[in-house]
Amino acid sequence: MEQNAHGAHTHYDAEASKIGMWLFISTELLLFGGLFIVYSIYRYLNADAFHLAGEELNITIGAINTVLLLVSSMTIAMSTSTLQLKKKGATLGLLAVTIIIGLVFLVNKYFEWGTKFEHGIFPGSEHMLNEFSQGEILFFGLYFVMTGLHALHIIVGLIVILFAVVRIQKGTVHENRAALLENAGLYWHLVDLIWIFLFPLFYLIH
Amino acid sequence: MSEEKHHIVPYRVYVFVLLALLALTFASIGITSIELGEFTVAAALIFACVKTFLVLTYFMHLKYDKKYIVAMVIFVFAIFFAVIVITFLDYLYR
Amino acid sequence: MQKENVANVANYLTYKGKHKGLLGWVLSTDHKRIGLLYLYSIMTMFSVGVLLGLAMKFELLAPGKTIMEAQTYNATFTVHGVIMIFMVVIPGLPAVFGNFLLPIMIGAKDVAFPKLNLLSWWLYVAGVFLVLSAVIFGKGAPDTGWTFYAPYSFKTGTNLLPAIFGAFILGFSSILTGLNFLVTIHRMRCPGMKWSKLPLFVWTLYGTAWIQLLATPVVGITLVLVALERMFGVGVFDPALGGDPILYQHLFWIYSHPAVYIMILPAMGAISEIIPTFSQKMIFGYKAIIASTMAIAFVGYLVWGHHMFTAGMSGTAQYYFSLLTFIVAIPSAIKVFNWISTMYKGSINVQTPLYWAVSFIFVFLIGGLSGLVLGSLAANVHLHDTAFVVAHFHYIVFGGTGFAFFAAAHYWFPKIYGRMYDKGWANAGWLIFFIGFLALYTPMFYLGIMGMPRRYYDYLDDFHGGNILSTFGSWIMVTGLVIIIINLIRSARKGPAAEINPWRGKTLEWTVSSPPSLENFDEIPVIAEDDGPYNYK
Repeated sequence: MEQNAHGAHTHYDAEASKIGMWLFISTELLLFGGLFIVYSIYRYLNADAFHLAGEELNITIGAINTVLLLVSSMTIAMSTSTLQLKKKGATLGLLAVTIIIGLVFLVNKYFEWGTKFEHGIFPGSEHMLNEFSQGEILFFGLYFVMTGLHALHIIVGLIVILFAVVRIQKGTVHENRAALLENAGLYWHLVDLIWIFLFPLFYLIH
Repeated sequence: MSEEKHHIVPYRVYVFVLLALLALTFASIGITSIELGEFTVAAALIFACVKTFLVLTYFMHLKYDKKYIVAMVIFVFAIFFAVIVITFLDYLYR
Repeated sequence: MQKENVANVANYLTYKGKHKGLLGWVLSTDHKRIGLLYLYSIMTMFSVGVLLGLAMKFELLAPGKTIMEAQTYNATFTVHGVIMIFMVVIPGLPAVFGNFLLPIMIGAKDVAFPKLNLLSWWLYVAGVFLVLSAVIFGKGAPDTGWTFYAPYSFKTGTNLLPAIFGAFILGFSSILTGLNFLVTIHRMRCPGMKWSKLPLFVWTLYGTAWIQLLATPVVGITLVLVALERMFGVGVFDPALGGDPILYQHLFWIYSHPAVYIMILPAMGAISEIIPTFSQKMIFGYKAIIASTMAIAFVGYLVWGHHMFTAGMSGTAQYYFSLLTFIVAIPSAIKVFNWISTMYKGSINVQTPLYWAVSFIFVFLIGGLSGLVLGSLAANVHLHDTAFVVAHFHYIVFGGTGFAFFAAAHYWFPKIYGRMYDKGWANAGWLIFFIGFLALYTPMFYLGIMGMPRRYYDYLDDFHGGNILSTFGSWIMVTGLVIIIINLIRSARKGPAAEINPWRGKTLEWTVSSPPSLENFDEIPVIAEDDGPYNYK
């Protein structure tokens, strides 16, 4: 670790970028961690209401989205291998698949939220205030905040991947300078990780 | 050290991991549809933790990374866990 | 990055890159210039905060309305708090001296991500303007206190949203600085600079950076929740919708207690540099100081609940938080013993930085011990939300971080500007400031014990004497402050040229020219096996 300080001019340190990204992921984990704390406390305080409210969510859509994210995680992970093997075409193809899957996830999410809004389930709605118990209001409040923040991360992740695609195309990201792609991958897996917890906590616990 | 090449992970590892993740997903859907009472949450979370472990180890390459990065990740998860436990010290005994 | 190949063409202050004039500064990715950008912006905000503080003290000169209405007073202490906490003491030492010195101290040419470093500063500026916009525009300045406690923070009609987003962005800036430092320390150390040879200031920055990284996002998401609550009524902290306001306090203090350690750890680091230099002696217990730094960072992360003893927590949680609060005092005490033992039998060179450092130890001791009074459950019930608390945290945050900031400023000033300040004026400024500080905050301990609550623009006649003394103290302290700052500004422009190593320090920054060249080192230094940061013969 001591021998890498020389040559600050053309400084490229893949390991520095990697731990930089891991540290950023730690920050993101704690960001969502705050929400998970809120969720777990309120679930503990309103177990029955959360149980009831969870049944309003459509497991099938949730499961489809889970599968989508897992597959996209695999494709982007594979793309880091193909890049190392100097298969540029395959790398770009895998990334394209990842982006498309991410977009499909967002479309799914859009329709899922849309149906909720149609049924009058959104923060501050009259319907919720009149019909729902406090626990259910909390459940849906957290549902919208957490899946919303997650969707925001999907969008950011897609932009980062898009950057990687452009740079691979231009040839400035290649097997010896793979940090951008590696980091895009790490970020995308983080998004996946968070969903791995969101899915059971909102859809399955009923 | 910086010259050290990446460990190139074979595709089949990724495929196996994905299959395992999918299997765990469906298993968790299955098990939570059974009425387990209080254990539903625990079951769902255990499956989620195993999936997280797989993603961290293989997709995020922790298996092939230096030990201190692994230590950092474990530390972050541990401290988050500690914070949750301490917060519950309040709510459990109110 | 613009870099010249010929070394020593110009130092970092006079260097001309792609951009000229002011642009050459605000677009510079040089860690030293960014450090100074932070210095100037932080000192600007500090002045605003001081003026607000003076206004509050003036209001408290006499019972009843003196110069402002109750609502104005509420807004004043809120904005004073937000500015001083989020814009001055949290970035204070890490962003200014950390940025300037960290790479030099570990023998590197810059931080790991110079552009990200510049982005941090820009985010800081953006956050500052957002918060200030909340003060200037809309229906009145925020009046919630800097803690933004729920449920009032989404009930108040004042213009709170920009302040919340501003604090969020300031937090983001802080996270990026921390991230940058962590990677820099891990990856950029020069050959031979082992972990066991890092200067203590670097070690404290390392601990601080971890807290910045792991605690700040929690308050970030909490502030987002409050903002969403205000905009959409999500219900998360609203008791009318089933939310629990105490949960807000938990989340807020999960960050804001560690934030105290973000403020104080680098301060301790700076003191740990100054004391051995002016004692010309190896620091006593180098490893003990490192261990206590990391212990403070770690345990300090888990004690947040002692801000909430009277909020309605469970008894179990209260015992736990009280116990850990006492435990976290141990490593702080270890440091104090180390500093004093370092001075013992040293060949002490009495200079301005040492005055600041020694007075730091004094006020920090009082601040820390009064913290233990607050950390004990029984005393807390009586003292919670009284002037005692105000006195305690000003002794820590201002007396601790502020004194260390000025100690660091006077210690590294010749290195930063390549000029020496007028020592006579500097010492006079310190003495007046110190006397003013004691007169300003010490009466508040007494007032608090007598039962004077904090955050009121009015008080009972019984408290008049103490408040008069306190207000007079604020005037004395500001006189000292003005002397110090004018002296430093004048010396930065016209002072006599400084030597490379005026204090005979042993850390790497004293081996480079004053002011340092653009790339710090002509050649990356190599640390020999028997060399170390505090090897005084």
